Amino acid sequence: MKQDTDMNRRRFLGQAAAAAGLAVAPGVMLYEVQARPAGEAATSKQRWGMLIDTTKCEVGCNDCVTACKTENGWGASETKSSTEQQAQWIRKVKLTDKQTGHVQSLPLMCQHCETPPCVDVCPTGASMKRADGIVLVDKHICIGCRYCMMACPYKARSFIHESLSGQKAHAPRGLGTVESCTLCVHRVDKDGTPACVESCNAKGHKAMYFGDLNDPNSEISKRLKEFGGQQIRADLGLNTGVRYQGL
Amino acid sequence: MKAIRYREIDGNSLGYFALVGILGLIVAAGGLAALYMEHNGHWVTGMTNQVVWGMPHVFAVFLIVAASGALNVASISSVFNKKAYKPLAPLSAILAVCLLLGGLTVLVLDLGQPDRLVVAMTKYNFKSIFAWNMILYNGFIAIVAVYIWLMMERKMNVYSKYAGFAAFFWRLILTTGTGSIFGFIVARQAYDAAIMAPMFVIMSFAYGLAVFMLVMMASYKWSGRELGEGTIQRMKSLLGVFIGAVLYFLLAYHLTNLYGTENHGVEAFLLVDGGIYTKLFWYGTILIGCLAPLFLIFCRFTKNSNTAIVIACILVILGGLSQMYVIIIGGQAYPMEMFPGKIVESGFFDGGVKSYTPTLAETLLGLGGFALALIMVSLAVKVLRCLPVSMADKDVDPHYKAEAK
Amino acid sequence: MVYLQRHIRKLVTLVGLGILLSLSLTSQAADLKPVIPTAKGGQCVEKTDVMRKNHMEFILHQRNDTLRRGIRTSKHSLKECIECHNAPANDGKVARISEKDHFCSSCHTFAAVKIDCFECHADKPEAAQYRTSAKGGH
Repeated sequence: MKQDTDMNRRRFLGQAAAAAGLAVAPGVMLYEVQARPAGEAATSKQRWGMLIDTTKCEVGCNDCVTACKTENGWGASETKSSTEQQAQWIRKVKLTDKQTGHVQSLPLMCQHCETPPCVDVCPTGASMKRADGIVLVDKHICIGCRYCMMACPYKARSFIHESLSGQKAHAPRGLGTVESCTLCVHRVDKDGTPACVESCNAKGHKAMYFGDLNDPNSEISKRLKEFGGQQIRADLGLNTGVRYQGL
Repeated sequence: MKAIRYREIDGNSLGYFALVGILGLIVAAGGLAALYMEHNGHWVTGMTNQVVWGMPHVFAVFLIVAASGALNVASISSVFNKKAYKPLAPLSAILAVCLLLGGLTVLVLDLGQPDRLVVAMTKYNFKSIFAWNMILYNGFIAIVAVYIWLMMERKMNVYSKYAGFAAFFWRLILTTGTGSIFGFIVARQAYDAAIMAPMFVIMSFAYGLAVFMLVMMASYKWSGRELGEGTIQRMKSLLGVFIGAVLYFLLAYHLTNLYGTENHGVEAFLLVDGGIYTKLFWYGTILIGCLAPLFLIFCRFTKNSNTAIVIACILVILGGLSQMYVIIIGGQAYPMEMFPGKIVESGFFDGGVKSYTPTLAETLLGLGGFALALIMVSLAVKVLRCLPVSMADKDVDPHYKAEAK
Repeated sequence: MVYLQRHIRKLVTLVGLGILLSLSLTSQAADLKPVIPTAKGGQCVEKTDVMRKNHMEFILHQRNDTLRRGIRTSKHSLKECIECHNAPANDGKVARISEKDHFCSSCHTFAAVKIDCFECHADKPEAAQYRTSAKGGH
């Protein structure tokens, strides 16, 4: 019964969103309807996810990576670290089929697993998953053991090898702790979209979609329902929040 | 059998001070290396975001594995009731604790935030095998400390057996935990195998016994006490059996991997074309760490020579370090299989084999841990009555008869 | 842990106050006292004495709420502390945490309580410029 009520409410909200969307510019409508008040905690009603259409992702385009660097302040901050030691929250990967020579391109970052191996192995609980599915590092209690980096199947995490300064106010990061893609949690909490997705749209590629996987009416859910989507290393059964099309 | 008399070593010879002095220097160098790494950050090491665990972990894991194995002699006396091993049980337990402390020190000093050790001790994620290990390591030290006390306090001797049992089971679980650090990692091809846990247990038997035999033979030789051939011969045969078991487990591990096509890549890397890792595996682990010691232990020309046995023990330790390097570094150097059937390229070193070159600092830190363990043992035999005055065959094992030569 | 820390802090504060008192008696030592920079207008989110005693509890609580639960109220957030307490001076510039006239370091240097907040967190409002070009230490 209660579930029905929830369903109805969600449907109603969806319709209201659609209605508002007609009235206001797209994008703005999301702010109006879904915004969670600052004092309210994130809940498991939502599960934030991302869908990447590899057929639209251009080989050689690096806009999502650049946008992430600018937004979160990594990339130029490490001056002493070697390239292998520098942080990398998101990277572009080029795939060439060994048999056919078919070339694909895709951005790879933290896949925000439902059952993240990094969270399992973290001795202190610094590696954590929020109720809405965003996987983060609590750098306050991260001891820098790097076990999460050993356990991550996507090599999505970076360790900070030197003292930093000039961090962004919304993206604290520093020496001796591990970090990774936060799904731009500071933007998501204000009902925004991750910087990478925004930049991909701005470029006109529209290869990245961000949204609520729990909401059947969200664009990401609808697209996943219609076109399907794969997980990288689906064999591990991690139920990733980031899905790919055309992989 | 006569009652065993224990006495501290004199420890005032020039040789003793030289030993402690040299070990002290290595410990100091390791300490300075740790300070240097902590002050600058890990950019001064060879460890990267591609190879996240390096030389300190090779030494730390080796020491922790060897620690539980060093308890062999005590376990054999308490659990399996072999009288011949009893006199040396206290030394065995003390060495176990010292090795563990040495390994843990290295592990802690390599952390990105070593000063947050208190966080690691107060916040536990019980799904993490690392968190379990912290309990297992601390518990091991506590249990073995009680065990040592029960063994050394005459009035309490009768109870030492129970503590011995507890310590034996605890050390099995402990090494299972250490092996599972790698066994539980699903992400990497070289790990993710249940055999890691028992393989680490078997390796601990061999590495720990090799370290113990060296410490024992050095203690007796340098303190001018008598160590009977019976004791040495018995232990070296046991060491031979353990080495054989290590070989068996390595064979089972690689054969299992070789059967499945998906693992052919990583096996080819480790066994055929992995450069340093392939060399370390065949020359380091197999030749130096297993075959050569087996030869020295069982060949009729060398088996009665103490020098040959000392060399065999050293080779087992070198082989052990080499195998740790292959498992820990080699396992990370091989690229993770994310996109089967594809050539993978990226700006973050995807697809290719990762390189790792240890720096002096991290190697010194590892060596420092080793030296720390040994210096603690050297001090322990000086202040504690843990070493029997005589281990001559007539005193501890009157029935031992040397084989006809 | 927290309990112990609080007692240690109390002790440190007491000792600090004792030193302060004895120093204030000797006029030549007056310049050793921390010069606490003024904040951007108005009253702080809590009373000054409450803040002096409990600011660490407030931001500790807030950090868990924000990071782990996504609660982003600004009342006790470190970011908001910095917005007001390290607001640009007349020259439009701000201090670094490594400098004595940064609000946090002014007291923390004096009380010899090492903080590592700013190894990760920004020590200035997002838009503000540093007064000096030296690289910030900690």
